[in-house]
Amino acid sequence: MTIRSNRDHGQHYRPRMFCLKKLQELVVGMQDPKNGVKGSEQKLNITVIPHVMTGQDIASWIANFFKMDADEALAMGTMMVAFGYIYPLQNHRKLVLKADDSFYRFQTPYFWPVQKWLAEDIDYAIYLAKRNIRKKGILEPYEQEHYNNFNKWLNHKWDFIVLQAQEQYRAGKERKKADRVVFDCQERAYWIVNRPPPRTHSAMDHGLSRLIDPNSEEEQTYDQYRRINIFLEQAIMRAKVKSSVSLGAFVKYITTFKNHDPFLSPCLPSNPWQTDDSTYWDINTRSVEIPTKMRVERWSFSFFELLNDPRGRADFKVFLKKEFSGENLAFWEAAEEMKWGAADSMKEKAETTFKTFLAPGAPRWINIDGRTMGLTVKGLEHPHRYVLDAAQTHIFMLMKKDTFYRYLKSPVYKDMQKKAINPEPHNFSEAQLEQNARNRKPGIDPIIIWQQEQEEKAKAAAAAMPVDVKQMMSKLDRKK
Amino acid sequence: MGEMEQLRKEAESLKDQITAARKAVADATLPDTVSSTAVVGRVQLKTRKTLRGHLAKIYAMHWATDAKLCVSASQDGKLIVWDTLTTNKVNAIPLKSSWVMTCAYAPSGNMVACGGLDNMCSIYNLKGKDGNVKVMRELAAHTGYLSCCRFLSDSEIITSSGDCTCLLWDIETGTQKTTFAGHLGDCMSLAVPGDFKTFVSGACDFTAKLWDIRDSNCTHTFSGHESDVNAIAFFPNGNAVITGSDDATCKLFDLRSDQELITYQDSSIMCGVTSIAPSLSGRLILAGYDDFNVNIWDSLKAERVGVLAGHDNRVSCIGVSTDGMACCTGSWDSFLPSFSFKGQDNVMRLCKQNKQQYL
Repeated sequence: MTIRSNRDHGQHYRPRMFCLKKLQELVVGMQDPKNGVKGSEQKLNITVIPHVMTGQDIASWIANFFKMDADEALAMGTMMVAFGYIYPLQNHRKLVLKADDSFYRFQTPYFWPVQKWLAEDIDYAIYLAKRNIRKKGILEPYEQEHYNNFNKWLNHKWDFIVLQAQEQYRAGKERKKADRVVFDCQERAYWIVNRPPPRTHSAMDHGLSRLIDPNSEEEQTYDQYRRINIFLEQAIMRAKVKSSVSLGAFVKYITTFKNHDPFLSPCLPSNPWQTDDSTYWDINTRSVEIPTKMRVERWSFSFFELLNDPRGRADFKVFLKKEFSGENLAFWEAAEEMKWGAADSMKEKAETTFKTFLAPGAPRWINIDGRTMGLTVKGLEHPHRYVLDAAQTHIFMLMKKDTFYRYLKSPVYKDMQKKAINPEPHNFSEAQLEQNARNRKPGIDPIIIWQQEQEEKAKAAAAAMPVDVKQMMSKLDRKK
Repeated sequence: MGEMEQLRKEAESLKDQITAARKAVADATLPDTVSSTAVVGRVQLKTRKTLRGHLAKIYAMHWATDAKLCVSASQDGKLIVWDTLTTNKVNAIPLKSSWVMTCAYAPSGNMVACGGLDNMCSIYNLKGKDGNVKVMRELAAHTGYLSCCRFLSDSEIITSSGDCTCLLWDIETGTQKTTFAGHLGDCMSLAVPGDFKTFVSGACDFTAKLWDIRDSNCTHTFSGHESDVNAIAFFPNGNAVITGSDDATCKLFDLRSDQELITYQDSSIMCGVTSIAPSLSGRLILAGYDDFNVNIWDSLKAERVGVLAGHDNRVSCIGVSTDGMACCTGSWDSFLPSFSFKGQDNVMRLCKQNKQQYL
């Protein structure tokens, strides 16, 4: 397993090419002589450099092109500088776009990041060596450190590197002064982007490389084609809902939940994040006596919501007890236990479930059709996690279509709606807010809550054990 | 070779049939359907909390189901469990391998998992005696880096990896139960819906696939992206999937009509999407981008309604808490000793802050 060091900014399988290509088109547009950014000649330390733009020009061109405001245009400009498409002439180490008179130039396409060649260490070594030859001691401390390291690691290629550096230096001297200065600036900018100085961000940092090369074309085998065809045939046969129906469903869902979304509407009594007061959470715990109105309203949205909320489920149980049909929900819970519980207890869970719910004459016999019953009983001989799935779905649909609606119309639910509290919105003063911030306490550890739940479940299971009639009778006889 | 040609032609014709069937069902466009829906207006989120403590890039974070705790993983080799309201660190778990790319919190709150370049998913038990957090299991079977993992319960976990497969594990025995193979590129992320019966995975082959956990086969494949799918999440009602990709767009794929319904894009956004999360009602979609911003999209009108700027580096992860009240974002930052999480009106930012902003 090779771990690429942080210094390798070359993009292994180029995960960013897509975005860089789009940026490239924009940069080409910006360089258009008619509609692009206006450049002029500027003097920099004696030499005259052509095609220089000011930061302000670039920012306003971008803002104009995309119809965005100045801040966003500045951010986009900084992005282009950070990627190396535009480089600053003064203060070259700081790769940001400033919306003022500072000078910028477009980088030559040779140095664009989308090019196929990676910024290798050897090239960097040659560049540093060349600068060293030109004037000893000109390298920055971090560059000097790199240079010394290269001397150690690339020692076997050192002659080649020095030779190349000397050649490039000689070739550079033969150019015109202005060209040389421009080329130096470009090269320097390129290396600042690809080998950033310490304590700066590097936009080229793309994180870990992809494993599979997306560009490699693999020959599909005969078997793969067959499987693809089977998959496609299944995809065609699948029933498709009209998109108008789907979109309508989304709109309905979103509108239903709009008032419950804390990002869109305020929550009562107050949003704990805004006021540091955790009353909202205290009155909405899993086992609170009287729930809030919003919570009760949410139970009526769908059966799934009702079951998911522990308080709602408890309320539903109360209703079922009155109707003497608690076994459906109990079976559903047992099936959930089976699906998500520990694997070693599966066999005993299967047996208990069979004895309690499915065996003929069982104390809490559930009413499912013969076929499902047959399948489930057969499956229970070799129990696995999903053996109760078919029966569970059947019971769920039964409860959803019938019991749920009766629950919503029942006095139990209507009572709860009346009892539910609608807390008054808090109105904290500045001083109170500060005090709240000081009194922040951590909430109860979810592990403790989970342990409490497990204990409750154990107690409930013990209480619900089917009464052994014979034992009871014998007890009564003995009493007599 | 004649048979191969035949099969290839058959595949092409089947694909055309599917496209035609999808067109036939696409009888309404989003703008028509939502023309009567009210506009949501500009959404402004403010920083509420800053969580400081990591020393290197944060790669991933995940909320616990109690909406107050969250876990974050960073490449300094630490997994930190935060109490977000008080900004205290509940647990700081040192990792064997510091190249971590993902982390997850179990729905029961008893365990956290993480994984990365070590190709393994390590599960830590938080309810150990003496408050010691120890490694409970190390799940090793992948041949590529671990890009994402999500718990189904205390005994099952799903992981996605750079070797193009997703695996379902049995935590107690530490063995893999099912392999979900079918992607042609690295699997980058996965998401599990509220009923835990299915899951979706997004990969570098530009597609997202929906898998049935029980039958272990792929039921839907969604294509349409032009680059790697980096982030994926379920819409709150469980009938749609939102994906974010390197091509700078987010798309909403509907499971029932089996096609892409909405694309969230803007010509001024050029950077890829790294992470995505819907709000509780689904009206808002928060997406983190490579250009250090988080954009808030109105999911129905497909417009941008807010920006969370202020990170100093790429936003690597984003999560909305289960009660929908807070959103936490995590970002990269290199070389810095001090670390800050900033919360914004219900947004907690996990980011590293430069001591020296500029040279």
